[in-house]
Formats: sequence, structure tokens, C-alpha cells
Amino acid sequence: MSVFDGLRFRKVYSPIHNLDPRVKFVYVIAIFVAAIIFSNIITLLVLFFMQIPFVLLARVQKQWVRSLRGAAFLATFIFIVNVATTYFTSNYSLTGVNVENAVTLTLRFVVLVESFSVFFLTTSPDHLGLALEQSKVPYEFAFAFTTAVRFVPVLAEEAQTIMDAQKARGLELEKGNLLKRIRNYVPVLIPLIVSAIRRSLELAEAMESRAWGATKRRSNLYALELHKGDFGLLSITAGILAASVYVHFFVTIPTIMQLL
Amino acid sequence: MAIIEIKNLTYTYPGASKPSIDDVSIKIEKGEFVLITGPSGCGKTTLCRTFNGLVPHFYQGELKGEISVAGIDTLQHHTYEMAKHVGLVFQNPENQLFALSIEKDVAFGLENNGVPREEMRRKVDWALNQTGIYDLRERSPHEISGGQQQRVAIASVLAMQPEIIVLDEPTSFLDPLSAEKIFEVIYRLNKEQGITVVLVEHRLDLTAKYTDHLIVMDKGRVRFEGDPRQILNSEETRLMGVGIPKATLLFQMLKKNRFNLAEEIPLSSEELANQLLEALSPK
Amino acid sequence: MIEAENIRYSYANKVEALKGVSITIQDGEFVAIMGQNGAGKSTLVKHFNGLLKPTKGIVRVNGAETTKSSVASLSRYVGFVFQNPDHQLFSETVEEEIGFGLKNFGFRTEIIEERVTWALNLLSLTEYRKTSPFLLSGGERKRVALASVLAWDPQTLILDEPTIGQDHEQKEKLRQFILQLQTQKKTVVTVTHDVEFVAECNPRVVLMKEGKIVADGEGKKILTDPALLEISSIVLPQIAQVFARLSSLGLPKDIIDLYEAKDILLKTRERSQV
Repeated sequence: MSVFDGLRFRKVYSPIHNLDPRVKFVYVIAIFVAAIIFSNIITLLVLFFMQIPFVLLARVQKQWVRSLRGAAFLATFIFIVNVATTYFTSNYSLTGVNVENAVTLTLRFVVLVESFSVFFLTTSPDHLGLALEQSKVPYEFAFAFTTAVRFVPVLAEEAQTIMDAQKARGLELEKGNLLKRIRNYVPVLIPLIVSAIRRSLELAEAMESRAWGATKRRSNLYALELHKGDFGLLSITAGILAASVYVHFFVTIPTIMQLL
Repeated sequence: MAIIEIKNLTYTYPGASKPSIDDVSIKIEKGEFVLITGPSGCGKTTLCRTFNGLVPHFYQGELKGEISVAGIDTLQHHTYEMAKHVGLVFQNPENQLFALSIEKDVAFGLENNGVPREEMRRKVDWALNQTGIYDLRERSPHEISGGQQQRVAIASVLAMQPEIIVLDEPTSFLDPLSAEKIFEVIYRLNKEQGITVVLVEHRLDLTAKYTDHLIVMDKGRVRFEGDPRQILNSEETRLMGVGIPKATLLFQMLKKNRFNLAEEIPLSSEELANQLLEALSPK
Repeated sequence: MIEAENIRYSYANKVEALKGVSITIQDGEFVAIMGQNGAGKSTLVKHFNGLLKPTKGIVRVNGAETTKSSVASLSRYVGFVFQNPDHQLFSETVEEEIGFGLKNFGFRTEIIEERVTWALNLLSLTEYRKTSPFLLSGGERKRVALASVLAWDPQTLILDEPTIGQDHEQKEKLRQFILQLQTQKKTVVTVTHDVEFVAECNPRVVLMKEGKIVADGEGKKILTDPALLEISSIVLPQIAQVFARLSSLGLPKDIIDLYEAKDILLKTRERSQV
């Protein structure tokens, strides 16, 4: 699914990649808040286009566009459902305002997907794991995250090997109706699950043997430190939030309907 | 006092009908390089896990007898306390590495103990250098070979500077060349750092030469213990299914044919070759 | 018969794993494919049952091109036993597990019953017929996986690293078993880096390095060739190591068998006493 494509990390190093993930996350939350405050197409469009320089700086345009393409499907769905519901519940009438509201909702969704996509596209799992470790999140969760990321390629390879092993015993995964095909995956799923359980047991042994749980105050080999760029982004974030509050309370932005 | 002392140990896994270890008593002195071998299912893997408390704390089950490792009674202490004194390296390299970079994996034990960063950095670098993988420190575990992964596992245990390192069939998944490299690393740690090594292995042709204290187990009991040369020369050991090094077997065959070889039983190809050169060179 | 004509294979990530490999395996041969990790051994044998199809070149099994056949139909003649039995085991009983392949290939129920009993017997697993495969030990699970492939009696058996994690006795039983298969004129292809095991079996050895075959011939010649050892990172079997150090005595260097070694040394002693 291409929405997930946009969320996967790519080893491209840019100034955006080197920013502290925690700061980037705060920025994304700020955009999120701003998008929720505003129910106005023009402001939402401003929020949308404001992200583009980041995308270009990070050189992740291709993947970002792909994530939007994937989101487009869901966005259209939201739009249609919204319009249809309004149509049917207001006695089969549809005003321009209704349509504009639907567009606003959809645009809000797109802004959210877009900013999260930029976050994940410019943050490596290592970096993210480190940020989790150094935040207030309990260590167990950060550990679960990094371990999961570490073993995803291993599990994927294993799934392929298991499929090969069963195909070599005459299992045909492509044949048959839907029900039969689902049943055919049992000889693939069971070894995969059993293997995952065995693996976790071995991991647990290794963890215990390396002093897991020795103290509550773990130290860390790496330290995430804030640099110039991070402070820059923090200022931008503060600026966005301040501007949003100001515009919301003191400036009236015309709706499209009013402009027409 | 011995660094590992086990008295009349009997252990049964939960739900098992028979004990995996049956009345075992062992003494290992500081600085020794001990080799434990025996057919599959003999209890050597379980025995390894008693050294750092995984048995009985992690596996539960019924344990009788006394264990003292580095002066500590493992039954009264948590596994994480034992980790500072005993490092355990397991068979499968892949399932021992869980961080996203090699050096973070090596630091894991130190991080768990809350060691301050500069001290941790020094110990991690030292461990990486001792195992010859300093250049790989920023790579991810998935990118390196099995042999390199096992060296990371050894480094991550070494970083905590334990007195004892226990390795449970560490080269099972490795090719002979990588296996030899691992044994060389372990041997050097034993000779140069004075770390007590307990190695569980089947491949006696590669490892018998490193030890002078061999323990052979079968069905949960210790059958033979002592000088590997005597033990591996005996017919009983061979009949038990232990893989006697081929050089030793050849020596036995030649001796049976009254070949004029020195008395010392060879454990490696070098030793046998030297004996043959002596016996066959024109005087 | 298995033929590969100058095949090339590249994985999805563009890495070329096979760079022009040609090999012919006749029925009844015993071949050991050796080489470092990453040399292409597993990639090559996966072409023999169609799991992989060559990017260039042709692979033929019994005259039929593998690109024109499904893995299922090729597996009927080329049985593949994977390294880790846990990648195959999923049934409630050993009996069902062994019957899985037979069911897939469309054998009749009575025949399945017969063949399962036969396979259980062959690998000394009869007492575990109704046991769950997950409750068996590592070595026993390996035997179940092997039995489940032998059950449909393929002409060729591919064994991927069969000696990993096995103790001496288990390896010896495996060696005897392969000899038994040989007397039944079955073809056995094993991918392995266990030099001592190969030295004991003395099969045809195919040595690979970086996607190419660098040697193909008699085991004892290849495993004792210093030039090959150098480039392909395999080690000398222990018996050969002894003889490598006895060159000053004018002894041959290509000895890997224990009994042959004994005979030569006894003869040498006779000569030196004369």
C-alpha cells in the first residue's frame, strides 16, 4: 500500500534528517493543532504548502508524493461520505457551504497525513528509537520498538524461506478459491508463529544474561543533543502556533463561498 | 577457592519426567579453559544455564544441590547480578543481537547497569578491539556475517568484564574458518586477560587442543572429567558417541599396529605430524 | 538428470548471485556443493526444484525446462530438505506431517498410509507416529522433516546443511543413510561447509566462489588443493592437515580418509625400516 511507502525511512542524509526527532515531533503536533483549529480552506492550504520546503530540503519528494497518492484514495472516500451524508440528511439538498465544509475536512486529513509522512520519511528507526529511549516513555516500549524494527527484515526473510520449504512439498499457494487459499496459508503461518515464539525465548535469555532489569536508571551510549537547526525548528514551531492563535482570534479569513 | 563450584546438582525442567542434570559435581579453577562435550541431550546446555542463574530463575523447575559462581550462590541472587561475573554466549548469533547498531549492542549490558557514558565508551571500545570488530561498530547486525555476529555477542558479554565467559556451542551455525577465528578469540581472552572460559562444543577436532580440563557428559551425568588426552584415547568415550579428533583416531590405529610413536596422545594435526616426523625421518 | 547451462541469477536488489554456472548431475550421483557463505550454493540448488528460475540460461530436470514447470511438479522428482526443520513443521501429529507432501501430490489415501508407515520405519520414528512434532527434540524434528520429503520417494534429494547442530553420532547415522540411498540409485545433492563430513563421505565436490564454480571433481583432490583452499576459504580436513606437514617424507598430499592414511603410513614405516 503506497500510504505505507511514504512512512518508510530512506537512507538519505539531509539537514532535516539530522534534526532531533523529538523537535520534529513537536513540530508535527503543532501542525496538527493548527489544522484542527482552522476550518478554513485558505489557511489549511497555507499549512499544506508550508511543508513543501521541508520535503524539498530533505530530498524525499518521490516518496512523499507516493504517500499522498495513497492518501488520495482515503481522502476521496472521506469527501464522498461527507457530501453524501449531508445530502441525505438535509432533505436532498447540497449547498456550496456544505461542499466547502467537506473539502475542508478532507484537506485537514491530507495535511495530517502529509506532516506525519514527512516526519517518518526523515527520521531513521535508529534515531526514532533513540528519541523514545531519551523521552519519558518507559524503556520497555522503546526497546520493543527498536527490537521490532531490527527483526522485521529477519522475519520477512524467514517467511519467504517457509513459503519455499512448503512449496517444495507440493503446496500451491496460488491455486483455489478464496477459502482454499486462506487454508493453504496455515502451513506458512504456524511455522512462522512457532519460530517467532522460539526466537523471543532466545532473545529473552540473551537479555537476562546481559543484566536486563539491573537498575531502573539506565544510561545510554548515545545522547541526543539539540543543535542550531533544532532551535531553528523550535522557533518556527512557536511561530506557527503563535500565528495560528492570532489569526484564529483576530483575523477573519473569508471562505471560498464568500469570495465567489 | 574454585571460581565455579557445583555440588550434587540435580535439576528437572517444569513438566519433565526426568532430571536434565543428575547429581553433578564440578570444580573449575580461576583461569582455566574448560571444554564440556557429550552427545545431544546430555545436559550440557542446561548446565551452562546454571552458571548464570537462568536455571532455575528463568526456567523455574526443581533444583537440588549447591552452586557457587565467582563466590556467589546463584540460587540467592538475580540473573542480572550474575551478569557482572559470568557472560553467556549462545548458539544462534542472530537472536543475541537486538540493537540497531553493533556498538549499541555491545553497550547493552553496561546501559542496563547504569554505567556513566565515558566509562561505557571506554569499555565498549575495548571489547570491540579485543574481538577485532572495532571497524564494524556502526553497522547494523543484519548486515554482517554469522561469524562477525558471534564476535559481537562475545564483545557484548566482554564489555561487562566478567571473570568467566561461558559459550554454548557458539560455532554451530558457522563455517569451519569462522569457527576457528572464534576459538582463537576465546583462547586469547583466556591466555591474555585471564578470563575463565567454559566452552561447550561438539567439534573436538578444532577445540580439544585448547584445554587441559575436559568434561564429558551423558544422560545428565558427568561420565569423564580430566585430562583430554586420556579421555579421548579411551574406547569407552568413542562408543559413547563423542567425536574423537581424527588425528587421535589415526594415532590409536597406528599404535595398534605397533607403530613406534611417542607416548603422548595427540589432539591436533600438528602434534601427530610432529610425532610421525620423529618416527619416520631417516636417522 | 539435472542440467544447468550457463545460468545467471540476480536477486530483486540487483545483486548477481550466479554468474554463469554450468553443471550436470546424473542420476545416482552424490554431490557436495561447497563454498563460503554467499558463494551461491543455496541459490544454485534452489534452481533444481524451480524455487528460483534463472535470469539467463536454462535449467533442465529430466529434460524438461524448469521455467515451464511449477515448483510442485518439479518437487515430485526433486525433494528439498531445508536446513531448519522448524520451517516446515506445522501438523498436529508426525503422521500428518509426513503425509502432507503425499496429500499435495494427490496420492490415494491407502498409498499415503503405506508410505507414511514406510517412512516412519526408515527413520526410526514409528513410536512417535501420533506425537506432536513440536514435542520432539531437535534431532528428532530433523528426522521428521527428512521423512516427510522421502515419503513421496523423489529420485533426487537435496539436503541443505544437514549437519548443522548435529552431534557425532547423528552425523554418522546421516552418512550411513546417504550410503543407503546411494545403493537405491538415488541422487543426493548436499549443500554443506562441513569439511570433515565431506571427507568421510568422499562425494563429488563442486566448489563455488562468488557466484561461479571454481572446481568440480573428486573430493580428495579438491579438498587438498592449496590454491583452491586459498581462494575459497574452506579448511583442510584434519587427516590432510597431518599429511601436509609430512611433505619432507615424500608422502602424497591428497589423503582425506582415515583408513587410507593408516595404510600409507604403515607402508612408509616398512620402507623406512628396510
